[in-house]
Amino acid sequence: MTKPVHAVGPVRTAGRPQPLIDGVEKVTGRALYTADLPSAHALTGEILRSPVAHGEIIRIDTARARALPGVRAVITGADCDVAYGVLPIAHNEFPLARGKVRYWGEAVAAVAADDARIAREALELIEVEYRSLPVYTTAAAARAEGAVPLHADKPDNIEREVSHVFGDVDGGFAAADLVRERNFHYAEVAHAQMEPDCTLAEYDPERGRLTLHSVTQVPFYVHLTVAQCLKMDPAAVRVVKPFVGGGFGHRTETLPFEVIAALLARAAGATVKVELSREQTFVVHRARPETDIRLKVGMKRSGEITAVDAEVVQRGGAYAGYGIVTILYAGALIHALYRTTAVKYRGFRVYANTPPCGPMRGHGSVDMRHAFETMIDTMAGELGLDSFAARRANLITPPYRTINDLQVNSYGLPECLDWVEQASGWKRRKDKLPPGHGMGVACSHYVSGAAKPVHWTGEPHATVNLRLDFDGSITLLTGAADIGQGSSTLLAQVAAEALGIGLERFRVIAADSALTPKDNGSYSSRVSFMVGNAALAAGKELRSHLRNAAARRLEVNAGDIECLGETYRVAGSDRGISYREAVREALAQDGPITVKGTYTVPEELQGGKFRGAGVGPSPGFSYAAQVVEVAVDEDTGEMRVENVWVAHDCGFAINPLAVEGQVHGAVWMGMGQATGEQTQFFQENGLPVRANFLDYRVPTIVESPPIHVKIVESHDPNGPFGAKEASEAALAGFLPAFTSAVADATGIRVAELPLTSDLLLEAIHARRRSERLKRSRGGK
Amino acid sequence: MKRILSLLLNGRRREDAVADDMLLIDYLRELTGLTGTKRGCDGGECGACTVLLDGEPVLACLTLAVRCEARRVETIESLGESGRMNRLQQAFHEKLGTQCGYCTQGMIMAGEALLRRNPNPSETEIREALSGNLCRCTGYVKIIESVQAAAGKAP
Ligand code: FES
Ligand code: FES
Repeated sequence: MTKPVHAVGPVRTAGRPQPLIDGVEKVTGRALYTADLPSAHALTGEILRSPVAHGEIIRIDTARARALPGVRAVITGADCDVAYGVLPIAHNEFPLARGKVRYWGEAVAAVAADDARIAREALELIEVEYRSLPVYTTAAAARAEGAVPLHADKPDNIEREVSHVFGDVDGGFAAADLVRERNFHYAEVAHAQMEPDCTLAEYDPERGRLTLHSVTQVPFYVHLTVAQCLKMDPAAVRVVKPFVGGGFGHRTETLPFEVIAALLARAAGATVKVELSREQTFVVHRARPETDIRLKVGMKRSGEITAVDAEVVQRGGAYAGYGIVTILYAGALIHALYRTTAVKYRGFRVYANTPPCGPMRGHGSVDMRHAFETMIDTMAGELGLDSFAARRANLITPPYRTINDLQVNSYGLPECLDWVEQASGWKRRKDKLPPGHGMGVACSHYVSGAAKPVHWTGEPHATVNLRLDFDGSITLLTGAADIGQGSSTLLAQVAAEALGIGLERFRVIAADSALTPKDNGSYSSRVSFMVGNAALAAGKELRSHLRNAAARRLEVNAGDIECLGETYRVAGSDRGISYREAVREALAQDGPITVKGTYTVPEELQGGKFRGAGVGPSPGFSYAAQVVEVAVDEDTGEMRVENVWVAHDCGFAINPLAVEGQVHGAVWMGMGQATGEQTQFFQENGLPVRANFLDYRVPTIVESPPIHVKIVESHDPNGPFGAKEASEAALAGFLPAFTSAVADATGIRVAELPLTSDLLLEAIHARRRSERLKRSRGGK
Repeated sequence: MKRILSLLLNGRRREDAVADDMLLIDYLRELTGLTGTKRGCDGGECGACTVLLDGEPVLACLTLAVRCEARRVETIESLGESGRMNRLQQAFHEKLGTQCGYCTQGMIMAGEALLRRNPNPSETEIREALSGNLCRCTGYVKIIESVQAAAGKAP
């Protein structure tokens, strides 16, 4: 049967602003987060936490807790002897401490009981005796001569020492017209995602199966780790990610409470809900470490950087976690933003008696970027160069391979710089701002996914399934975890674009190990690029099924069929069939269809061969430039960010609305770190000082500035439709742009973050004192 | 001690036996199954639990359930009619005023209270009205845009 066709063309979805595919649930309160799941039948799980930050566990007695009516299970370190961690070479954490505790609040025992009151009462009945050891809350103290090692295999408390030299560093410094060196200090910060941690674990003793609903960014790691720790066949475990209230890296690795919930559920033979308080969520931590940087830079009169010598010390906390990756990123991402010809890097990741650090948005790159951009700015000033000119003297021309084997194939930074310079009125306004006002600029970048996943299995980097059934609906199945960044929306857009049909036909089912293909998870901004490419491949595959079906029906070659929205037409004619007819034809031949799309990072983008080369390589680097304008009150030290202009090169904006939102969020999170956020621990006992939102001050809506976003599209040759990541690169640039703006306003550069008003006021007073001194001396 | 609490919850009369020390947030989430109201902190720090009590925004985590006796409580689930989004919900959805969504109900309830008493708020008034609500995803830019888009539209 043929009929005239009046199709206009395929429906476009990629590149159009698209509200979130699950947005209605979020604004109506229907979205169920882990703590919202029906759990009236569940036992309450509570965790006993260590009151000492470093000590040996001499004795644990749970007899009285077990005897309490309503208590269904009590577990301790004796119940799990499998160490876990994120890197196969650094498994050294137990869900419940065994023999030793290494930070205040570390889990020591746990109870499942009929309700929270009984569970808490039971915790009080557990007797634990500790023998205290010296507490180290700084890297320096932990590294000092004679310090007690936290872990037996690292007698000097150094988890990893990195030493990399690329190019002729001495020669580079010799060729410089100006060489400067400076020390910087960065406080530890936290993700502070709005949803506190929670896991619902359901154990079925009849079948020996475990189902976990948890707040994770990487369901696959949770799956793997829980099966390992419980010594279960992974096939008997199912992990589901419900709606998740933000992550920013907090939920990348498997967290102790997730394993504890699973252990409790099995011990009780029941469903157990473990819901952490905000304070406990702060103690779980895994965020950006306290960092010290010594940075030496050589620069020519033109602004060209000739050599870099950097040393970084990170206080990594009590366990390995992502530590090795973080310390490697800090060195690797010195590169690939500007041309680098000679770079020496030494990094030390140090164990200390604080909660374990981990990946946080801009993983490893943020503090180093602040130091680096600050050096550029101050040295440019000394050489009489404009801040923009100094950066332009170091730009890359793609394709470009860095000296540490990172491959840059697309590079929108020049355009980013041009836009922020223009939009902020830099040339016109910079030197004419009223007193107390200042402007600063900085650049930053990030990876679009790590080319070498942490769990290297040889599998493709990403897999997506598309399912088509009799009703004509298309279900996209992905293991990628939407944590608010909009990944489910983006993947549906990509598949829809490949098929040329509207988003209304799509449903997304994400992150349920019983239904969706394994995914390496939502971290290192890999989803848009890698899973996006897999969705694109799946979309093309399904399209060819439908096109073949249409060709059969219309009795032509598949190559003659045009896909025009929901119409399949013989090219150059008015013969065609509808989408529904094509589906019917396709299913008549094959039955319900499930296709698969995969993506593997090409070999040449997977980096070099030296030790540590696995961290840094990415199939695509994203770029950002920003100008920050501040107003400073010299009497109080108070700073107000008045405006931010930021341009981000995301390759191609599949969802421009979401890209803007991600860039806003990244810049703003950088602002939090720059202006006030810091975790802190009492030196004598390791007690957290700021494990709540009053003391850990994230910016409120009142002090948050307008953020003007420009999307720059450099069309990466390997990204899906040219896309790269959009959520991380813009964070790091805020910090140096901000401190440069403050320096512009006050003449003061504090080499320490956060730059609080107290800190600035002190510096202003010191400056005034020395000015007075100078004046009085001059008067004599 | 428990007592009978009777109140008007989202327009419907309800009676429940609740403990004297039960918080409104627990009453809503555990007894009535209205889990749209979120807990984001250990008490009074984040605004995620904002609901309306007699039309005024309150923090459900700092309000005793029994204090709502004979009063009107509105949660996110009550907004909109016949399952359609109201103006704020629609704006937050279309303008991406929500990312992870965890702060969203609190933002919308605080915004709802604002728009009822001030249908055309200035940007400063919006910022003030939402100053007790933290969001970790959006940088607030699109939240402000969402409230602005909803303002001036019929409820
Ligand atoms: S949960 Fe009520 S203010 Fe945070
Ligand atoms: S949207 Fe995630 S906290 Fe606001």
